[in-house]
Amino acid sequence: MKIEVKDLAKTFGPVVAVGRVSFQVEEGELLGLLGPSGSGKTTVLRMIAGLEAPSFGDIWIDGRRVNDLPVQERNIGFVFQHYALFKHLTVYDNIAFGLRVKKWGRQAIGPRIAELLTLMSLERLDDRYPHQLSGGQRQRVAIARALAPRPSVLLLDEPFGAVDAKVRQELREWLIRLHNELNVTSLFVTHDQEEAMEVSNRILVFSKGRLEQSGSPAEVYEEPATEFVARFIGSMNILEGVVKNGAVVIGSLEFPASGIDDGTPVQVGFRPYYVKVSDNHMRYRQRAKLRHIYFLGVAYRLEIETSDGLLLRSRVNKEEFRQYRFQVGQTVSYAVTQFRFLPREAGAHLPPDRPPMTTPGPLTP
Amino acid sequence: MRPVMIGSVWAYFLVLLIGPVFYLVVQSFSEGIAPFWTELTRPEALHGFLLTAEITVIVLVVNLCFGTVTALVLVRQKFPGRTFLSGLIDLPFAVSPVIAGFMLILLFGPDTILEAFFGSLGVKVLFAFPAMVLATLFATFPFIVRELTPLLQTIGTESEEAARTLGAGEWQVFFKVTLPALRWGLVYGATLTVARSIGEFGAVLVVSGNILLLTQTATLHIYQSYVDFNYIGANAVAFALLAVSFAILALLEIAKARAQAATQQMSADPV
Repeated sequence: MKIEVKDLAKTFGPVVAVGRVSFQVEEGELLGLLGPSGSGKTTVLRMIAGLEAPSFGDIWIDGRRVNDLPVQERNIGFVFQHYALFKHLTVYDNIAFGLRVKKWGRQAIGPRIAELLTLMSLERLDDRYPHQLSGGQRQRVAIARALAPRPSVLLLDEPFGAVDAKVRQELREWLIRLHNELNVTSLFVTHDQEEAMEVSNRILVFSKGRLEQSGSPAEVYEEPATEFVARFIGSMNILEGVVKNGAVVIGSLEFPASGIDDGTPVQVGFRPYYVKVSDNHMRYRQRAKLRHIYFLGVAYRLEIETSDGLLLRSRVNKEEFRQYRFQVGQTVSYAVTQFRFLPREAGAHLPPDRPPMTTPGPLTP
Repeated sequence: MRPVMIGSVWAYFLVLLIGPVFYLVVQSFSEGIAPFWTELTRPEALHGFLLTAEITVIVLVVNLCFGTVTALVLVRQKFPGRTFLSGLIDLPFAVSPVIAGFMLILLFGPDTILEAFFGSLGVKVLFAFPAMVLATLFATFPFIVRELTPLLQTIGTESEEAARTLGAGEWQVFFKVTLPALRWGLVYGATLTVARSIGEFGAVLVVSGNILLLTQTATLHIYQSYVDFNYIGANAVAFALLAVSFAILALLEIAKARAQAATQQMSADPV
């Protein structure tokens, strides 16, 4: 095990930034810390780096408790959101900074920097100053600088937050490629769920200083452990109701809830692609009005309003979309093909997805 | 309307700046170069220059150290009374130098505790070198602090944190990261400090006693020469100080341009 964090907490005065978080990181993992701003993910990263002292709990790196080890001695590489390059130094001297501080010999520094310049495609930029570089180049210099002294862990705080969308995509691919080549254990913080999904082997989802869920991108997407994760990752329709006679009835929709006590308030969640919509009134049992059609590039999102006034989102791929003639304002038929109950409390166990009782096969063949 | 406004600005500059400077130069050499040189190199004048230089160097060194520390503490530390201290920074600009000198006289004057204390150590403060340094320090204290404070706020602490993650200790962080980021602000503040130290008159006059060949700085020498009807002497020394001022002005412009460029580089990055 590379990093272990146990009961880690951080309070700033009366504010609890991180509340008793525990997790482990395996050697060579590329781990994404995902959450909205103020969820405590950056504070966790900074505590691992030693830039922030924990109020409670322990951190181990390589089996060694590092709580009392100053940042200088933790052998970590840290990449800041706004690069934090040394503006009075050239690219070469920026990357050499850590090596010189750590008293590497001249014969060792030269080849190491040449190697990193090649790795990060920064050749021929070695004598430039940071203000002469583009945002993407600056961040690559920052990564090269962090990697130069061969840290045992690479920590990245919103590493692609300060560049535009196209460069961000490039940098993501960089990070993945870099990780594949060097296999250095890496933790990166992001508020962008798409970025976390694309880049990480495993995602930790944070909210309000709590660790909501830890799992592979597919796990957190398909089996969100909490309502927060369900809402934060991807898009989900969430309806509220109360169990009665083994089912939850919300408007004309009925969701079987066997095993849940009568009178229990529940939340029912289903992804937009589990909402099937047709322009044929007879195809599905439920009726709704088509309110909006959004073009998403790879698919369409439909917003429908049921006769009970519920707004539902549906995702339809292009091929399906072409089979229908959708028009805003028309009446459509729809069905919810899969759903799950979302736990009210963090960490509660979730039953797997189930098809609802109302799933009507096509009424007309 | 436009010619009138431009013309009035020119007139203003002519009367207030260009005219006096021009006239001073003309007067300095009105009796030829020989008397000018004699006045410039008489022992009293040379002593004045030396004394001014000594005070300036000490004041500059002290201000560079304490100004940097003060700016760092005021910007980065949170402590009770910080707002109060920040508000006091500009006090020397608001208080007349004569009053500043007078306050030093009250503080170190005869029969005060401080006078007794330094007297017992054999150090004469008032009407001597120490009081002149103190008076000049009072007048020049704000320059470096005022230059560094906004600069420190702009650069933030991220690059210092980056240096720490790379293994740099606190002294290395300060000398390899913080100080280089502040260098043009320091040059700018130092230039203003030097200019003011050389030119300070009121506070120094009050606390020095203006004793010939002992506590008479270059500016005091100009004043004394003038009072003694030695116009060539006053002109000559004034001309020399003026030349230094022009050199400082040129340096200031260069430093300002560099400092602005540095700030722009920094603010060009998304913050």
